[in-house]
Amino acid sequence: MKKVLIVDDDMDYLFQLKTKVEKLGFEVITADGQYEAEQMLESFKPDLAIFDLMMENEDSGFILSYKMKRRYPDVPIIIATAVTAETGMSFAVHSEEERKWIKADLYMDKGIRADQLHREINKLLKI
Amino acid sequence: MELIKLLVVDDEPGIRSGVSRVLRDFSVSYPFMEEACKFEIIEAPTGEDAIEIINNNLPDIMLLDNKLPGIQGIEVLEYVSKNHLDIVVVMITSYASLEVAVKATKNGAFDFIPKPFTPQELRSSMETITKQVYFRRMTKKLNTAGKQIRFQFLSVLSHELKAPLNAIEGYLKMIEEKQYGDNVVDYHEIVERSLARVKGMRSLIMDLLDLTKIESGTSARDIKEVNLMEIAQISVDAMTPFAIQNDVNVYLNSHNEIKIKADAREIEIIFNNLISNAIKYNKAGGRVDFAIKLKDDFVVITISDNGIGMSEDDMSRLFNEFVRIKNQKTKGISGSGLGLSIVKKIVDTYEGDITVTSAPDKGTTFIITLPKNKN
Repeated sequence: MKKVLIVDDDMDYLFQLKTKVEKLGFEVITADGQYEAEQMLESFKPDLAIFDLMMENEDSGFILSYKMKRRYPDVPIIIATAVTAETGMSFAVHSEEERKWIKADLYMDKGIRADQLHREINKLLKI
Repeated sequence: MELIKLLVVDDEPGIRSGVSRVLRDFSVSYPFMEEACKFEIIEAPTGEDAIEIINNNLPDIMLLDNKLPGIQGIEVLEYVSKNHLDIVVVMITSYASLEVAVKATKNGAFDFIPKPFTPQELRSSMETITKQVYFRRMTKKLNTAGKQIRFQFLSVLSHELKAPLNAIEGYLKMIEEKQYGDNVVDYHEIVERSLARVKGMRSLIMDLLDLTKIESGTSARDIKEVNLMEIAQISVDAMTPFAIQNDVNVYLNSHNEIKIKADAREIEIIFNNLISNAIKYNKAGGRVDFAIKLKDDFVVITISDNGIGMSEDDMSRLFNEFVRIKNQKTKGISGSGLGLSIVKKIVDTYEGDITVTSAPDKGTTFIITLPKNKN
């Protein structure tokens, strides 16, 4: 069973996304912050990771992505956030240029439907 | 010392040197100004010279004669308003006919000083005008600084407001999809979580209301002599159930009456916020010591706990809006992140002071000093 690491500091969202992803047939491991996740990644390699953008700090998700890509360049990362709708700032990772510094493979809105999420995960895992 | 650049445009050398003499050592100060304003005086004998000076070195105020040898004062004024220059223009003219007055006001002249004027008349006009200049400067400063802070505040606020809604919506969808089957009992936990998020959001909204009331200064403050010990007891009583729930003891260490001129509700907001923080960021079996003492003309309020404490870095950001210290030890502690910024704002309105000392795992102490008879 493929392992998905989900990191979010909102315990309710974490629980809901975990339930959602488990239903899609994945094993889910969770962490509630950048630092806890970093520690877990020392000894564990997931098949895919979903990070919230704002955790301890506004850019925790980016930093975690950056660090994880350095350790496991082949593991796809999804950044899940509701930031765009709130601040008007957009973090889409469509161009090669953006992907290089954001270090995430996909930017996903937190309100994503389960079937869309399933499609995106499968695409990234090449299933 | 704030320096205000004043340009005097008049073809009579006597008027120019007279103005210089009267205002050279004159300064304007109002209680709301941080520093007194003094004048740097520049002279121009013609309208053409005035425009050249304006282009090189924008003055704050221009005293402008209408009747000039070349172009008229009105034309200089038109130049200023056409180019949207930020100058307070005051016409000085003995020919202040109604026509000139109307035209000048239409073009943005701020005031008139009829010629001849006495030194006292000039000084009192300058006081009013300086106030105007000062306000313009302050507004400009606030706009540039404020806009950025506002944007940051709003973007974080919308995040904080949206997060609980997203969580509740997620749970409602789980119920709608009957994720755990038909038995209502199986949904107990997610209903509890939803209610907890509603509660958190409500307290955020209450804090926001407090904050906007303080910021806008519109709430009718009820300043009168209040007994701090009485308010302290009310706060401690209100917090007791929360303290019991967290296995923390709160000790109020003062007994005497301590009177101060203040708004009782504002003082209660300060006490409640600090006590509830001291309980929240504590540990099982911990204690909170709350003391109020008189020291000269000040009241010193100390609230200390022997709880989880915080780092230097955390302390430096503590009074900012929406700052919540997030680490393993604060996991599961909820709050709006507004409490201390509200406390700080209230303390500021009393011209008081708040300081914090803390050490990780040792505890935190907040000390508030309020002047006794400020309000």
